[in-house]
Amino acid sequence: MAIRLVPLGALPAARLDHLAEQLGRLLGLPVDTWFETLPVDDVFDPRRDQFRSDLLLERLTRDFASETRVLGVTESDLFIPVLTFVFGEAQLGGRAAVVSTFRLRNELYGLPADKGLLEDRLVKEAMHELGHTFGLLHCHNTTCVMQTSTYAEMVDLKPATFCAECQARYEAFVAGRLRLTTLNARQPVGR
Amino acid sequence: MVQIAAAKDELRILVVDDEEVVRTSLERWFTEDGYHVSTAADAAQALRELQVGKFDLALVDVKMPGMDGLELQRRLQEIEPSLTVIMITAYASVDTAVQALKQGAFDYVTKPVDPDHLTHVVANAVKQRRLALEKSQLEDEVHHLRGACEFVGDSEAARKVMELVATAAPADTTIMIRGESGTGKELVARALHQQSKRRFFPFVPINCGGLTDSLLESELFGHEKGAFTGAQYRRKGKLELADGGTVFLDEVGNISQKTQMDLLRVLESKQFTRVGGSRNVDVDFRTICATNRDLELAVKEGDFREDLFYRLNVFVINVPPLRERRGDIPILARHFLAKYARAMSKQVTDFDSEALLRLEMYRWPGNVRELENAVERAVVVTRSNTIQPRDLPELECSVTDPADLSMDAVERRHMAQVLQQTGGNVTRAAELLGINRVTLYNKIKKYSLR
Repeated sequence: MAIRLVPLGALPAARLDHLAEQLGRLLGLPVDTWFETLPVDDVFDPRRDQFRSDLLLERLTRDFASETRVLGVTESDLFIPVLTFVFGEAQLGGRAAVVSTFRLRNELYGLPADKGLLEDRLVKEAMHELGHTFGLLHCHNTTCVMQTSTYAEMVDLKPATFCAECQARYEAFVAGRLRLTTLNARQPVGR
Repeated sequence: MVQIAAAKDELRILVVDDEEVVRTSLERWFTEDGYHVSTAADAAQALRELQVGKFDLALVDVKMPGMDGLELQRRLQEIEPSLTVIMITAYASVDTAVQALKQGAFDYVTKPVDPDHLTHVVANAVKQRRLALEKSQLEDEVHHLRGACEFVGDSEAARKVMELVATAAPADTTIMIRGESGTGKELVARALHQQSKRRFFPFVPINCGGLTDSLLESELFGHEKGAFTGAQYRRKGKLELADGGTVFLDEVGNISQKTQMDLLRVLESKQFTRVGGSRNVDVDFRTICATNRDLELAVKEGDFREDLFYRLNVFVINVPPLRERRGDIPILARHFLAKYARAMSKQVTDFDSEALLRLEMYRWPGNVRELENAVERAVVVTRSNTIQPRDLPELECSVTDPADLSMDAVERRHMAQVLQQTGGNVTRAAELLGINRVTLYNKIKKYSLR
């Protein structure tokens, strides 16, 4: 099991390097970054002035068919048609996930830029979306990265790590001892 | 304990939208949140899904080809009235939203919806559904508890009592319930309270017969701190606790002359003072009282104040003894059987025919209370799913009053004895009696021998 990071549109290299290092440390898996940037123009919706995350997931799945896990990272504003925006999206128990820094930036909320805070938020959202690809659902535990976040400040309140229960499920999933159907039968989860 | 089934991970959501991307997005969104999600591309598929599956919540798109969301909402709620429906619309139309809410939709969201708003709308719907389930389950519990305290019967005598209750309950007048011990006078009082406009206020029963004069005084009127040795705190009396509701004075014929005078004063002025106090307390309650004593005789003999008697004896309900409504014995016996089988979690469903015959033939001097105790005991001791004669206490069976020498009474007594001898076998009993089976069946019906 390994994770491939794919830059979707222009991104600072240092941010991707930091993300790769942190994900490797937190998940205990090898993390490599794809050597080139993929364009996102084809998933742009001019009416919404946003980018379709579901189409990005389809493309990552198709173009990186040999990867066990692929995480697209973008600075573009993502959406799915029924929602106004998403921080990221993932295939539950699948191979692909995508995460955006657009709404994690302080500047969007009229606050001064904070590079460190942005990197922390990105690591948490990347962990959250990758967690879904390992079959994890939203968790009610406030000390778990799988707790749902619908605005940036909520991301700050949670840690970058799984709670003990989700960590155990993650490890079992990676070791091939847990299937998705079992995961879905777990105890209540909450946003 | 109330079990609530709607834990979040057991909730089933149906997403109905003609756009595939909306269906898959919402399916993924809610699945990640721990819900069980199904999708339908149009109204017809949604109706099919609802026929085969159970759903708690439906998210329905307003604009769909064919049957639109509003029509689908009506049909979904016809099939499953408890279904919570949230409408999704791409056009923020106030008319559509108002119509949906008027039809019973829980809420509506406009596409594209803010993720935080969607989360809150669904969480609120789940919360409301949970409360509705809790309410329904608590109502069931209350219904069972109330059912256990109902005046039960289908005989002419029982119906007459229930008719009088229905007539007197709304009138807010003072009621005197008379009848032998164990006939269910308190049940009649509770029925009067439950059918009155005071039903949302307390029903306070007071057993006047079991207390000494001073205790009864303190029980009725309460006391101030230091009123007597041991009165460390002010305590409200039952009349004060019953404010707005009903006071049931059981065995009112047994109270002393002094308390009779105090009670009369309260009934006339609706005011009293607590024991050891000086301040008047205003109260508003309805009085229902009961006695098995011959109060007219007590008045004649000077044991009961005449003025209090007339104050209490406004509307009289006579509760007949069980021997005068034998036809109710099987109904009452089965009612108590269900009550105690449920309370003891035992699978006892009915009476063996001979056991029931024994219950019907006994005189029941202790009336319904004695019958209830006999059935409770039988449910405890039985090892069968039907109550057997051996499960019942020793009952000296005599269908009619031995002193009653009328032809009907003698015939009834004789037929009951023969039926008991044959273990309830009607064909054999008819042979022994020298009459045909149809005649015996008619007599059994006439004398309520079954």
